[in-house]
Amino acid sequence: MIINHPLLGPRDSAEFVYMGDAALIDRPDPDTASPEDWHDYAYLRDNPAGEHRELWFHEGGDRSWLVVTRNTVTHEISKVELARDVARARGRST
Amino acid sequence: MTQPNRLNGGLIDHETRLKFIFDGKDYYGHPGDTLASALLANGVRLMGRSFKYHRPRGPLTAGSEEPNALVELRGGNRQEPNTRATTAELYDGLFAKSQNRFPSLAFDAMAINDRFSNFLTAGFYYKTFMWPAAFWEKIYEPIIRKAAGLGALSMRADPDEYDKGFRHCDLLITGAGPSGLMAALTAGRGGAEVILADEDFEMGGRLNAETLAINDAPARDWVVAALAELSSLPNVRLMPRTTVIGAFDHGIYGAVERVSDHLKTPAEGKPRQILWRIYTQKTLLCAGATERPIAFENNDRPGIMLASALRTYANRFAATPARRVAVFTNNDDGHRTARDLHAQGVKIAAVVDTRPDAQSSSDYEVLKGAQVIDSKGRLGLTFAEVKLADGSTRTIECGALGVSGGWNPNVHLTCHQRGRPTWNDDLAAFVPGDTLPPGLSVAGAANGSFSTHGALKSGAEAAKKALGLKGRLPKTPQAEDAPVSQTPFWYVEGCARAWLDQQNDVTVKDVKLSHQEGFRSVEHLKRYTTLGMATDQGKTSNLGGLAIMAELAGKSIPEVGTTIFRPPYTPVPIGTFGGRMRGMEFHPTRLTPSHFWAKERGAVFVEVGNWLRAQWFPIEGETHWRQSVDREVRQTRASVGVCDCTTLGKIDVQGTDAATFLNKIYCNGFAKLAVGKTRYGLMLREDGIAMDDGTAGRLAEDHFVVTTTTANAIKVYQHMEFVRQCLFPDLDVQLISTTEAWAQYAVAGPNSRKLLQKIVDPAFDISNDAFPFMACGNITVCGGLRARLFRISFSGELAFEIAVPSRYGDALMRKLMSEGEEFDVIPYGTEALGVMRIEKGHAAGNELNGTTTALNLGMGRMVSKAKDSIGSKLSERDGLNEDDALKQVGIKPLNPAEKITAGGHLMAADGPVDASHDQGYVTSAAFSPTLDHMIGLGFLKNGGDRLGEKMRLVSPVTDLTVEVEIVSAHFVDPEGERLRA
Amino acid sequence: MRYSGFKVIKEALTGHKGWQPAWRDPQPKSHYDIIIIGGGGHGLATAHYLASIYGETNVAVIEKGWIGGGNVGRNTTIIRSNYLLDGNEPFYEFSLKLWEGLEQDVNYNAMVSQRGIMNLIHSDAQRDAFIRRGNAMMLNGADAELLDEDQIRAEYPFLNFNDARFPIKGGLAQRRGGTVRHDAVAWGYARSADSRGVDIIQNCEVTGFRIENGTCLGVETSKGFIGAKRIGCAVAGNSGRVMGMAGMRLPIESHVLQAFVSEGLKPVLPGVITFGAGHFYVSQSDKGGLVFGGDLDGYNSYAQRGNLPVVEDVCEGGMAIMPMIGRARLLRMWGGIMDMSMDGSPIIDRTHIDGLYFNGGWCYGGFKATPASGYAFAHLLARDEPHETATAYRFDRFRTGHMIDEKGMGNQPNLH
Repeated sequence: MIINHPLLGPRDSAEFVYMGDAALIDRPDPDTASPEDWHDYAYLRDNPAGEHRELWFHEGGDRSWLVVTRNTVTHEISKVELARDVARARGRST
Repeated sequence: MTQPNRLNGGLIDHETRLKFIFDGKDYYGHPGDTLASALLANGVRLMGRSFKYHRPRGPLTAGSEEPNALVELRGGNRQEPNTRATTAELYDGLFAKSQNRFPSLAFDAMAINDRFSNFLTAGFYYKTFMWPAAFWEKIYEPIIRKAAGLGALSMRADPDEYDKGFRHCDLLITGAGPSGLMAALTAGRGGAEVILADEDFEMGGRLNAETLAINDAPARDWVVAALAELSSLPNVRLMPRTTVIGAFDHGIYGAVERVSDHLKTPAEGKPRQILWRIYTQKTLLCAGATERPIAFENNDRPGIMLASALRTYANRFAATPARRVAVFTNNDDGHRTARDLHAQGVKIAAVVDTRPDAQSSSDYEVLKGAQVIDSKGRLGLTFAEVKLADGSTRTIECGALGVSGGWNPNVHLTCHQRGRPTWNDDLAAFVPGDTLPPGLSVAGAANGSFSTHGALKSGAEAAKKALGLKGRLPKTPQAEDAPVSQTPFWYVEGCARAWLDQQNDVTVKDVKLSHQEGFRSVEHLKRYTTLGMATDQGKTSNLGGLAIMAELAGKSIPEVGTTIFRPPYTPVPIGTFGGRMRGMEFHPTRLTPSHFWAKERGAVFVEVGNWLRAQWFPIEGETHWRQSVDREVRQTRASVGVCDCTTLGKIDVQGTDAATFLNKIYCNGFAKLAVGKTRYGLMLREDGIAMDDGTAGRLAEDHFVVTTTTANAIKVYQHMEFVRQCLFPDLDVQLISTTEAWAQYAVAGPNSRKLLQKIVDPAFDISNDAFPFMACGNITVCGGLRARLFRISFSGELAFEIAVPSRYGDALMRKLMSEGEEFDVIPYGTEALGVMRIEKGHAAGNELNGTTTALNLGMGRMVSKAKDSIGSKLSERDGLNEDDALKQVGIKPLNPAEKITAGGHLMAADGPVDASHDQGYVTSAAFSPTLDHMIGLGFLKNGGDRLGEKMRLVSPVTDLTVEVEIVSAHFVDPEGERLRA
Repeated sequence: MRYSGFKVIKEALTGHKGWQPAWRDPQPKSHYDIIIIGGGGHGLATAHYLASIYGETNVAVIEKGWIGGGNVGRNTTIIRSNYLLDGNEPFYEFSLKLWEGLEQDVNYNAMVSQRGIMNLIHSDAQRDAFIRRGNAMMLNGADAELLDEDQIRAEYPFLNFNDARFPIKGGLAQRRGGTVRHDAVAWGYARSADSRGVDIIQNCEVTGFRIENGTCLGVETSKGFIGAKRIGCAVAGNSGRVMGMAGMRLPIESHVLQAFVSEGLKPVLPGVITFGAGHFYVSQSDKGGLVFGGDLDGYNSYAQRGNLPVVEDVCEGGMAIMPMIGRARLLRMWGGIMDMSMDGSPIIDRTHIDGLYFNGGWCYGGFKATPASGYAFAHLLARDEPHETATAYRFDRFRTGHMIDEKGMGNQPNLH
């Protein structure tokens, strides 16, 4: 597969390490979240057959975490973003 | 030596003789021959035996789709089983043996199976061999396994080298027949970067095997001119002997180039084969078509082959399997074979055409509306039995029979991303479907354009379209444009032992039985009968089986299904996929800066991940590793030792929020760590399990240095970047791995300070008051070399870790050794390191095994409740905090002479020994030179409250039971006085 | 119809006219006591044990394609019970015992071949871990054997003892491990279940669940609604898709695992070998093909196909440990969809919906578990309580912190 890195252009996926669903960015608020929230965050997955937003780490490159939107049936990649930008857009800060 | 069946002409060099040996007999052939064509020219039709019935077999084809003519090529450790004689290029000195026969190819004792074929039908083995139960493994299976397989491996390491490479292009064209060449000319002239790959050693595809004309000249002339032009274009790369094996995601294609297979041995420094990963914008599949046979009784005898193969042997290779041949066809293409062989002076016994309205010939007899219903000849065809239109039968004497049932487009690559081909009624064949791999298009016969003109034209058009070229197409050369219609004719009525899959011995009868027993989908048919699972992957057999199943089921062929084609297109040596990553090059080897110094000292090295680390340093007189390790431990504890700990992960953490960040990463607090101090830290995974431990030293308000274990260095860095970028993106903190930037050494033992004081520049006071336990700082050594010093101890002794830029690592080690002579300094390796940390009760990889918690490790109270950190919340789950949770303990044998084994399990002193009475396990064990007996660390249920308890350590797998006492994990200096000294 | 050598001979002499379809092709009834979704190994085994052990014969197995077309038909055929943890080892040992009597139980020769499995050891830490595992196996009544380098050399002289990057230092063997003819497992269970009255309904895709007031009443399918008192889902890699129709999110991700087979070769490998320092395991089938595999591709996928980097990685491992296979040719590669769970261990449990039960999360270890999985799932469906060997395989273990994490990799499925 080829991942079109937003900063570096198309790179072979072998340079990357995969982690999983980009929902892992949405870590529960430690002050308000219930144990159930933590369970769901850490253990439950949508696991869609189709479009999937997922985290890839450019270990053999610039060490960016990326959010790749990829179809799990066709493997087609429709979007690649810096995870940091996605995290900020989802309201994460410090 | 003569070649009785050698014809004139062809693309072979008749002037040059190449000697070869097949089954111990000498022959010769010519450059341009394959092993199969040379054998045929020499009058040899019998080249192999089938898998199950050991039926005599000769080549069915002249290409890579060959199921029958498989040989063991080359000898010694280069022996290549199952090599297709039909694609093996002849070279001088070629050596080949037939396979799957005993004692000889002509007399194969296993051919007895053929007599019992009625018992050995499809799937018979699923129904028997079950009683008595023990007999399967003891009696039946060994017999079956002995008969397994075709060719044999040498059992010795492959001596050849393989390589891998990467290529990029705008257009990859697979197949250099008329459509591929035309596409390459079009794209090449249009300026695109083009790769044209063909599995054959001679580009040209069918044009090399036909007597067709292009622009009123022999087609080969056009091929030669096209190749000459393409070779002259700098933007076109021709890759003969290169098979595109698979279409992978995002325009990545695998291709195998057979660099040296046409040579006796690879040239010096050259690989045998190269696996190319080709990255392309567009791909044009011009893979042509494969002729399909017609099934009839005993259609598998040597001499019976595809009509197109017969023609290829005659036209391209100037060889014929016999001087008197017949053709069995249901279409016009079969007549082409007859014409060409007749023109070569081969006697055409008859053309048997299933069509009542077939064309006639003045040169030979055409039997219209006739069918071949049987054949004769023990080791090769002698007679074909023909049923004529009027129902009478006639026996035709012939040494070869060309069979043509029409052509199937080679759609394989279009299916590699799970696209399905679609059925074309006009061609009675599958053609590429709608869902092709992105960027791939198809031209020529592979797309159902079977005429030469059609192939040429579609190649040009497809290239233009794929690349979006502007301007006019090159003029399509003149060539035949006969309309092609194919009417299905799959098998001769009434046949039973009519072979579909010749290698695996799957007959029409087997398909019928499969249907009868309910294995009716294509996947069940394939798996139950093994149809299409041989080395040719059913290239000539799948459709026939499918067609018969469709007929039996009263369905259309597409309703029964299509077979899924999977990579590779043709089989690929495992060595080719392995490339250079074998032997010592399997993984990269990481060496520390003082590796060569350690080597000079005679160190014994051990693999730690990709690192090599000194395990111990034997000195003269030491004959057992324990002597070395015990000495290193004693000497370190008595005076001073130095250990290379460069391999520990080092991560530089900088920024105004560095402390805040570490507070998230570590479960214990770091915000209040003073500048110039180091702290032990435990990292949890988000699921609350311990991930790694290490230290973090604060060199400045906004600057920390984190160390990780060697094993987890990469994983921890990745995790920290995740936390930084994905969870807390606005923290002002930057990370960089500096593992390889700093060489780091532990200097341990009561004299460690004295030693270091000799090299640390005088401006830096490292006395106990100025530089106490857990201090850290930037210093200089040896007169101005920048260094970092940490007063931390893994050994439990007064100890420091000193880091210098990597390029000074070797020099620093040598300096420490020379300056330390007065203290009898010694280097110590990972074994002594391990012994000392076990003596001290420090957890390491064996304890941080991915299932243990801070609580298990005896650090439950370190998990701060006052702040949020990764893993703190999920570490609170009940299951991780049970009353009898495992706790780290020390273990010692009641009898000091007895052994402690890591991996042993802990049981009560009395009572049963089984899983339900398991109390814990031993993680680490070592002989303690300090205590003079073995000691261990382990996890024991509620271990913290059980110190002093007598238990049994059991290790049935090493046949050991030892009475042990549970003790504190801190065997040495539990109060920590030494390290604070 | 009973299969036997006698029957084979009789049919051979009478033109094979007497063979009947191995299973019927029934239309679905409107209602069953139990429906099993998924005609793979686990679903069919469940049906067999429901009928043969628990007397439940008003049962349907619903399969969207052809039975045995999923992972049971595309795995590397290994059976073993060399597990470490309490939650796993008794279950897998139960499975191995069922394998040992399978053929007589279902009257079908699935070629259970206890050729042994050898896990190679390459470091001291690995040896420590394997000793602990071997002990756990033996304490659970399974067999295990620790071999040193010399013993490995004697048994496997063709391994790389010359220039191995990670030298072989020993191995942990389980002699009772081995291989099974995988397709025959599905067919054997199907035929047995069918003969006991179970309806096997192929080409019938579940399109939804009918759930009212928290109770599952049946399934909507491409052949209409089919009602049932209890419904069990055993669809491996498709677990997320199917249970999603019941509104459930699972602790599972679907990943692709590739597998490979070489051309047929005369016998070279005695049993299963796994290379502990690379990603490679291999055995040789009764037909002669080397059947081998390695790691997951590593990304979520439902595509049943993978990519070149893992193909190369696996073959590199093979060449590193066994350089004699360099000239054997890789014939075919394929991918299966693995239901990778969050701790690498499976789930056989009720759901929060009454009448709906789940079996999944087998990761890439599902094949060896087939008999015990079927047995335990049948027990759960028939008795509404977990089988004694499967009590740990609960959904709520992640909530309570009772993960069964053999590899210690945590909640990242592609690392298990």
